Amino acid sequence: MTPDASALESGAGLTRNGEPGDVLVDVKGLKMYFPITEGIVFNKLVGLVKAVDGVDFRIRRGETLGLVGESGCGKTTTGRCILQLERPTEGEIFFEGVDLTKLDQVALREYRQKIQVIFQDPYSSLNPRMKIGEMIDEPMYVHGIEPDAQKRKQRVSELLSVCGLNPKMADRYPHEMSGGQRQRVGIARALSLEPEFIICDEPVSALDVSIQAQIINLLEDLREEYNLTYLFIAHDLSVVRHLCHRVAVMYLGRIVELADCDELYDNPMHPYTRALLSAVPVPDPEIEQNRDISFVAGEVPSPINPPPGCVFHPRCPIAVESCSQEVPALRELKPGHWVACTEV
Amino acid sequence: MSALLEIEDLRTHFFTSSGVVKAVNGISYDVQEGETVAIVGESGCGKSVSALSILGLIPSPPGRIVGGSIRFQSEDLLGLDDLQIRDIRGRQIGMIFQEPMTSLNPVLTIGLQLTETMEHHLGMDRADAEKKAVEYLRLVGISEPERRMRQYPHHLSGGMRQRVMIAMALCCEPKLIIADEPTTALDVTIQAQILELMKNLTKRMGVALIIITHNLGVVARYADRVNVMYAGKIIERGLAADIYREPRHPYTLGLLSSVPRLDQPRQQRLDPIDGQPPDLTRLGEGCSFLPRCKFSVEKCVSETPPLETIGDGHLSACWEQENLATARG
Repeated sequence: MTPDASALESGAGLTRNGEPGDVLVDVKGLKMYFPITEGIVFNKLVGLVKAVDGVDFRIRRGETLGLVGESGCGKTTTGRCILQLERPTEGEIFFEGVDLTKLDQVALREYRQKIQVIFQDPYSSLNPRMKIGEMIDEPMYVHGIEPDAQKRKQRVSELLSVCGLNPKMADRYPHEMSGGQRQRVGIARALSLEPEFIICDEPVSALDVSIQAQIINLLEDLREEYNLTYLFIAHDLSVVRHLCHRVAVMYLGRIVELADCDELYDNPMHPYTRALLSAVPVPDPEIEQNRDISFVAGEVPSPINPPPGCVFHPRCPIAVESCSQEVPALRELKPGHWVACTEV
Repeated sequence: MSALLEIEDLRTHFFTSSGVVKAVNGISYDVQEGETVAIVGESGCGKSVSALSILGLIPSPPGRIVGGSIRFQSEDLLGLDDLQIRDIRGRQIGMIFQEPMTSLNPVLTIGLQLTETMEHHLGMDRADAEKKAVEYLRLVGISEPERRMRQYPHHLSGGMRQRVMIAMALCCEPKLIIADEPTTALDVTIQAQILELMKNLTKRMGVALIIITHNLGVVARYADRVNVMYAGKIIERGLAADIYREPRHPYTLGLLSSVPRLDQPRQQRLDPIDGQPPDLTRLGEGCSFLPRCKFSVEKCVSETPPLETIGDGHLSACWEQENLATARG
């Protein structure tokens, strides 16, 4: 069921300037089940939410991997597992060759500095009682990057201007800022530890269209300037296409398709990817008003009780009988293009 | 033939401790029978407030409609008292809100919420209303409608709840439905299902639709005419095809070029609109888009450009709109 890790590498992981980097993140057989319990005194296990159910991918240095899917498909949980904010039920997460799942909290600190995160909601991810400057300063203090308070202050100013904010804003509180400005603060905070890898969990979906473009450009600039590697989690397919080198499509805890960005959008193979792409209306009335949407019927089933076999088969337009019995393996149909469907 | 809905110089202001927020600051537009009109803009531009004003749903205090008129089927809605507007709200004008989670009553069954409106507005008895409610639930694509009638909103998924909202809006056979960001809270595949359903049903029943959204793709697919709002004003209006092919306001132009598009080759960089939307308590003289505008001239500082006709049914509020057309080549 899980593809050979060395094979997953082939044809993939070229950075935009064409040079392959070394493998930075390697996720193998990741599973994250959350228990559902009943009762207050005697907790009784009554079920499992299979949020992530066997996910493999690799990210090379300098690459941006997109992780797309609808709500509840496990994309955010995957990100949280890499950050070790959740301890996965099963599977391994290698960062620079070290399995993070085997490390204790003390040993993890070194990696927490190298792996940072930008959250979706710039309203709830900033502490309302802290000044902007303090929030960017604190991680540097905690990790002992710069013991000198004066130099840290200098660094905060630098980070703010790198992220397109006025250094004077260090003395403001989050409520005095707009959504776009807050997201810039979140980015500055993530950068303060000079990370190698940043998980961007829906960084622009809470923002207005005109502000979205500003933040996307900023993320691209920073990637180039600091040679960052991103895992870009999003549901907006057009944003993912713009930013990513490779894209993995998730559905109900599994990766159903993984390919180079242009290949995936030009030649989607999995019926779910096709449906997703067809459901996005493009801003052009002449195209839209003559286009037939081949949208999928039904809704995403519950991850507590996922359908047997291929998880997409109840909604799939090309499903055959065997789909309800066997879980399709992720197969490489073209170099670097992986699809988990037996019918394509 | 006069329009179904005519709004003229509507002004809705909020009187807050930090000043007067001019959320809607003199907008005029109309909706013809059976037509789909979109109101596009970013958060805080006043698009939702303009819709709530039509239905008399502005929380007061702090909000108040301070000027203008809203004529629905030639009747002035602003002149009506609370009881009179209640007969129009839900009966003649239906409403679909953004959050299907919060706009249904969590302690009442789906059935009760549907039949209540019909009993009140159409004077039906319980049995008839229930029969009709089941019919409408089936129409909006809800499976096992009889069972759903006895369920509560938390039993349903987001997409299902939005279908129930559509059934509620349609069940009194209104002339106009106002949909405020109807699919923003939903996933793309569900969004496509809901929008196609709304389009088909409104077309079939001849209901006019005002769709309020920030999603330019949704507008392109579903709207006949478009009003673009910025800082409490309509800054461009026209047929959807005209606005997208030939935007004649720098803000519309900026919006269209700032989104990454699936139908075009991948760009190297996006072209965002710089800066932030203005603070609505501190709107001064001149064009409110001026600080973010690439095409501004001296006149923009002192004089607010009026919304003027520049082509067949195409209006723009920009002093430089002609140069804009040539600048785009």
